[in-house]
Amino acid sequence: MATGAQTGSEYIKHHLTNLTFGKDPTDGVWKFAHTAQEAQDMGFYAIHVDSMGWAIGLGIIFIMLFSMVARKASTGIPGGLQNVVEIIIEFIDSNVKDTFSHKNKLIAPMALTAFVWILLMNLMDLVPVDWVPQLFHLSGVEYMKIVPTTDPNVTMGMSLSVFFLALFYSIKNKGIGGFAGELTLHPFTSKNILIKLILIPINLFLEGVSLLAKPISHGLRLFGNLYAGEMIFILIALLPLYVQWTLSVPWAIFHILVIVLQAFIFMVLMVVYMNMAHETGDH
Amino acid sequence: MESSGLIYIAGALMMGLGALGAAIGIGNLGGKYMEGIARQPELIPMLRTQMFIVLGLVDAVPMISVGIAFYLLFAVA
Repeated sequence: MATGAQTGSEYIKHHLTNLTFGKDPTDGVWKFAHTAQEAQDMGFYAIHVDSMGWAIGLGIIFIMLFSMVARKASTGIPGGLQNVVEIIIEFIDSNVKDTFSHKNKLIAPMALTAFVWILLMNLMDLVPVDWVPQLFHLSGVEYMKIVPTTDPNVTMGMSLSVFFLALFYSIKNKGIGGFAGELTLHPFTSKNILIKLILIPINLFLEGVSLLAKPISHGLRLFGNLYAGEMIFILIALLPLYVQWTLSVPWAIFHILVIVLQAFIFMVLMVVYMNMAHETGDH
Repeated sequence: MESSGLIYIAGALMMGLGALGAAIGIGNLGGKYMEGIARQPELIPMLRTQMFIVLGLVDAVPMISVGIAFYLLFAVA
C-alpha cells in the first residue's frame, strides 16, 4: 500500500482517479484538482492530463520506432526489431485483406495504428500498480493513472472517431439517398408504396438503434476489459506483500491474452465497420 | 447496513449471471470449433482466428461485470 493510513476503498478510489486539469467552479481558476470531488466538479471541460500524456507519449514511441525501422530496413537478413515490425505489418495486412474487400488506401495504415497504439496503451496495465503513481506522488503530483485505455474518455473517443469516419464513408460511397435508404427501407420492405411509407419509422428506429449501439459497444468493450483488469490488479495490491505474487503473476499471464485480444478485436471491428460503410450493395 | 447488504447481493448477481451466460456461449463456441476442425482440419488457421474474435466479443461482457462488481464491493460498499 502506498501511503500509510488509508483504508482499502480510499486506496482503490485514489488509484482510479485521473489527474484532472480544469476550471474550478468556486473561484474560476484553471488548475489541477486535488481531490476526486474537485475533479468531478470541474465538469465537461476538464482534461485528464495523465491519460492524454501517456496516450500521446506512447503514440510518439510507436511512430518513432516504426519509422526508425522503416528507414533502416535492409533487404538482407533482417535484425530482431525489423523482424518484429515486419511480422506485425504482415499480420495486419493479411487481416485487412481478408476483411476489407474494397479500395481504400487509408484502412490498412489506420488498422496498424489502432492495433499497435492500443496494444501499447494496454501494456501499461502490466506495470505494477504502485510504481508510477508512487514516483509521481514523491514529486508532488497527487493522481496518476497510467493506463489510458482504462479511461472511458479515451476509448469512447477512439470509437466515436471510427463511427464518424464510417458515417463519412457511408455518405461518400452510397450518397445521402443511399445511406438514408439503408436506414429506412430495411429490414421490413413491401411492394405497396403506402405500406412502405408506414414501415419507414419502424425501420428507422431499428436501424438507428443498431447504428448507435455499434460505437458504444465498440468503446465500452475495450474500456470494460482493461478497467476490470486494472481493478483486479489494484485489489491484489491490497493484500500483504508476501502473498501478492501468488495472485498477480497468474493474473498478469492471463491478462497478456486479454491485452492482445482486445487490441486485435478493436482493430477487426474497426475494419468491419469500414467495410460496411463501403458496401454499396444491392439494396 | 441495509443498502450495503444490497450492494453485496448486486455484485454477486452481476458476477454470477455474467459468468453463466458467457460460459454457455463459450461452451457452444468451443464445441462447434472442435466439430468444425474435426470435419475440416485444413481450415484450422482461419477458424482459430475467427474463434478468438468471437471469444473476445463474448468474454468482454462477464469481464466488465466482474470489474464493476469488484468496484461496487470494495470501493462503494
